[in-house]
Amino acid sequence: MRPTPSRLLNILVPVKRAVDYAVKIRVNSSQTGVDLNVKHSMNPFDEIAVEEAVRLREKHKSDIKSIKAFTIGPPKSVETLRTALAMGADSAVHVELPESAPSPEPLSVAKAIRSYIGKQESEGGVDVVILGKQSIDDDLGQTGQMLAGLLGWGQATYASKVELDLGKKEALVTREIDGGHEEVRVKLPMVVTTDLRLNEPRYASLPNIMKAKKKPVEKLKPEDLGVDFTPIIETLKVSEPPKRVGGGKVESVDELVEKLKEHGFTAV
Amino acid sequence: MLSRTLRGCISSRRFFSSLNSVSDSDVAHFSKILSPSSVISSLPPISASPDDLSIYNNDWMGKYRGKSTTVLKPKSTEEVSEIVRWCYDKRIPIVPQGGNTGLVGGSVPLEDEVILSLANMSKVRSFDPVSGILVADAGCILQSLTDYVAPYDHIMPIDLGAKGSCQIGGNVSTNAGGLRLLRYGSLHGSVLGLEVVLPDGTILDQLTSLRKDNTGYDLKQLFIGAEGTLGVITGVSILTAAAPQASNNVILALPHFDNVVPLFKVVKRQLSEILSAFEFIDRTAYELAVKHGQGRALSEEEVEGAQCFVLVETSGGRREHDEEKLNNLLETLLDADKPLINTGVMAQNPAQFSSLWALREGVTEAISKEGKAYKYDISVPAALFKEVVDITRDHLRSKGLLHDDAVKYVLGYGHVGDGNLHLNIVANSYSPEIQAALEPFVYELVGNFTSRISLSRTRYRCNEDTCSTLLQDRSEHCSDEKDKGALRSSGYHEPREGFGVLGSMS
Repeated sequence: MRPTPSRLLNILVPVKRAVDYAVKIRVNSSQTGVDLNVKHSMNPFDEIAVEEAVRLREKHKSDIKSIKAFTIGPPKSVETLRTALAMGADSAVHVELPESAPSPEPLSVAKAIRSYIGKQESEGGVDVVILGKQSIDDDLGQTGQMLAGLLGWGQATYASKVELDLGKKEALVTREIDGGHEEVRVKLPMVVTTDLRLNEPRYASLPNIMKAKKKPVEKLKPEDLGVDFTPIIETLKVSEPPKRVGGGKVESVDELVEKLKEHGFTAV
Repeated sequence: MLSRTLRGCISSRRFFSSLNSVSDSDVAHFSKILSPSSVISSLPPISASPDDLSIYNNDWMGKYRGKSTTVLKPKSTEEVSEIVRWCYDKRIPIVPQGGNTGLVGGSVPLEDEVILSLANMSKVRSFDPVSGILVADAGCILQSLTDYVAPYDHIMPIDLGAKGSCQIGGNVSTNAGGLRLLRYGSLHGSVLGLEVVLPDGTILDQLTSLRKDNTGYDLKQLFIGAEGTLGVITGVSILTAAAPQASNNVILALPHFDNVVPLFKVVKRQLSEILSAFEFIDRTAYELAVKHGQGRALSEEEVEGAQCFVLVETSGGRREHDEEKLNNLLETLLDADKPLINTGVMAQNPAQFSSLWALREGVTEAISKEGKAYKYDISVPAALFKEVVDITRDHLRSKGLLHDDAVKYVLGYGHVGDGNLHLNIVANSYSPEIQAALEPFVYELVGNFTSRISLSRTRYRCNEDTCSTLLQDRSEHCSDEKDKGALRSSGYHEPREGFGVLGSMS
C-alpha cells in the first residue's frame, strides 16, 4: 500500500520578550511590578520552542513548509523576533502594543493567537503550534492550554520529546510529569508546550543573524485580530519576600539542644 | 621573579645555607603574637598534620611542591610587620602567598620557607563612589571586590580566569594583566597607592587615594610586579571604572591565523571606544575547552576549516549604540570580498554571553584536566603567536617527544591587544626530558623574537643553566640607582643577604 502523501506542514511559534533570567529582579518603587528597565531576551522556554521547530525542519526537510514566529508586545519585541529568525524561523508576526501598555494576560494572548491562526486558513493554515510551557516573568503557564481549548485542538504539554508522523498526521510526544514520563499520541493540528529537557537551543550564527535582518516581519495591531488586551486581573501590590535572617552560632551541644527545645523541636 | 632567578643562579643550596628553617621556638613566638587560628604548623606546639599544610605547599596544578612546616595567616598589617621583622632578625625566608592560583610556581616554597598567607586580610577599607577609588586589604578576593563595587555601578579594572580565588595583593605583586587590560590598562596605571611591609618590618604607607599625585618619586610602582621580593603588599588603593551599561560578545572563526592581526585592526577601528576584549584561541585550545565541558558555540560545520578563533567583547554606555556598531562591523566582515572570518556566533542573551566567555576562560581548566601542563606566559607581537606555538611543537617533535606518552598538545591562546601569548605544552606527565627540551629553548625562542625577554612576563622556576642569560636582563633593571637609593633608605636589602621574602603571590 502506498503511503498517503503527506501534506506540507506549517508551524507557528509564539514567543515572548521577558526580563532575562540572569537579571536580578527588583520590585519597583511604586510596588506595582518589577523594574523593567533591565536586559530583556526571549523567554527561555520559547527559545526551546523555536529550536524544536528548527530541528523538526532539519529532520523532515521540505515537508515543513514554514516556521513562523509570533509575538505580542512593545516595539522592542521585534528584537526577540529577530533572534527567532536568526535561529531559523522563516518569517515573523509582531502584534505591536504601545511601549507603556500593561503586559497581556494568557487568555487574551491565546485569543490573539487563535484569531491569527483563523486568518491563516486561506494560506494553508497552521498545523502545529509550539510554545514555551510558561514565561519566566509571570510564570502563569496557561497560554498553551487555553489556546488548545479555544481551537478545540489536541494538546501535549511539558514536552521533552516530539516525534512527528507526517503520514499518519499525528505526533508522539513524551511529557514530563510528576514522577516520570508520559507518552501521548496527538492528532494534528495540535499545540505543544515545551519543557526544559526538550532540547538545547543553538547559538545564532553571524551569517544567520545577517540573513534574519532581511526576513519579513509582518506588523499587526490588536484591532487587526479583534482582541482587547486590557487586563482582567488587577494587581494589588508586588513586594519582595521577607529577607532571610542569618543563623547564629552555638558554643556547645548542650546549647544547641537548648535552642532546639526553645523553638519547639523535640526528640522523637 | 627576581629572587627565584637569583636563587637559581647562586645555587639554591648555597643560598639556603645562609638562612634558617623555622624552629619550634619560632612557632611558639608566632603563636604568641598571632591568634591561634592564624598559625598552622606541623611543628610543636601546634603540631598540625602535614595535610593541613598541603593546600599551601602545593600549587593549583600540582606541579610544584614546597616543604614548608609553617603557614602564618595574619589579620592585620601590624601582624604582618611583626612576622616579617622576626623572620628578618632570625634569617628565616618567607614566601608571601595570595590565592595560590599562579601557574608558574611562584606562590609555593622551594624548600621550607615560612608561608605568609594574606587570606585573613580580606576587608574593604573604603570606597568612594564618586572617584571610584577602592582601598582594600591585599587578601581580598578579586571577585568579592567586583561584587562589592557592583551596586555602585563600578567594576574592577582587572579581570582574569582565576577571579574567584586570586587576591588583589597577588594581582598587584605579579602585575597581572588579564582580560580587561586592553580597555583599562595595566595595574601600573590603575593602582593609585600601596601599603607595603618592607623586609625589616617597616610599614611603608603609600596608600594615597588621589587620582593624580605628582609629588616626587612614585615608590609604589616598584612593588607592582615585584612578586614579593621587595616587600609584602598588605593594602591596595585602586581606581575602579564606571561599569558598562551594556556588554556583548562574539566568537569569530578565522580560516587562517594570518588574519588575526588584520582583523584586530579592523575591529579596533570600527568598534573604537566600545572594544573591551580581543582574545585569541587556537583550534587546539578551542577543542580542548569544548571537550572538557564548555558548551559548543559553533556547529561542526562552522568549526570546520577554522585555524583559530577570536573572542571580541564590547562594553559601552548604551546597548542600541553598541549593537549598531557591532552589527556594522559584522556586516563589513561578512560582506568583504576576501572575508577575514569564516563565520561566528553572537551572544543573544546574558547566558550566551557567559558561555562564550567560558570557552576562552575554560581553556586553562580544560588543560589541567587533559594532562600536566608546562605553561609559558610570554610577550611577543601578536603576529608571531602562531609561529611561537608551531616552532615549539616542531622542536618537541624533532626531539621525539610529541606522542601520546609524552607531549599530547602544544597550544596557544591569549590577549592579542596586549601581545600576550599563553603558550601551553600539555604532557601526559611531568618529565625531565620534556623540561630539558623546553628550557631554555622557549626562553631563547622568545628572546630571539623580542631581542630581550620580556621581564615580568616570563615567569618560571629555572635551574642554574637557564638563568644565566636572563639574569643579565634582570640585573640591568635592578641596578637602577634611583630604585636602589630609594629602597635602601626604607630598609631594602639584597634578597640574598638575608631577607627571604621570595616568590610571588597570585
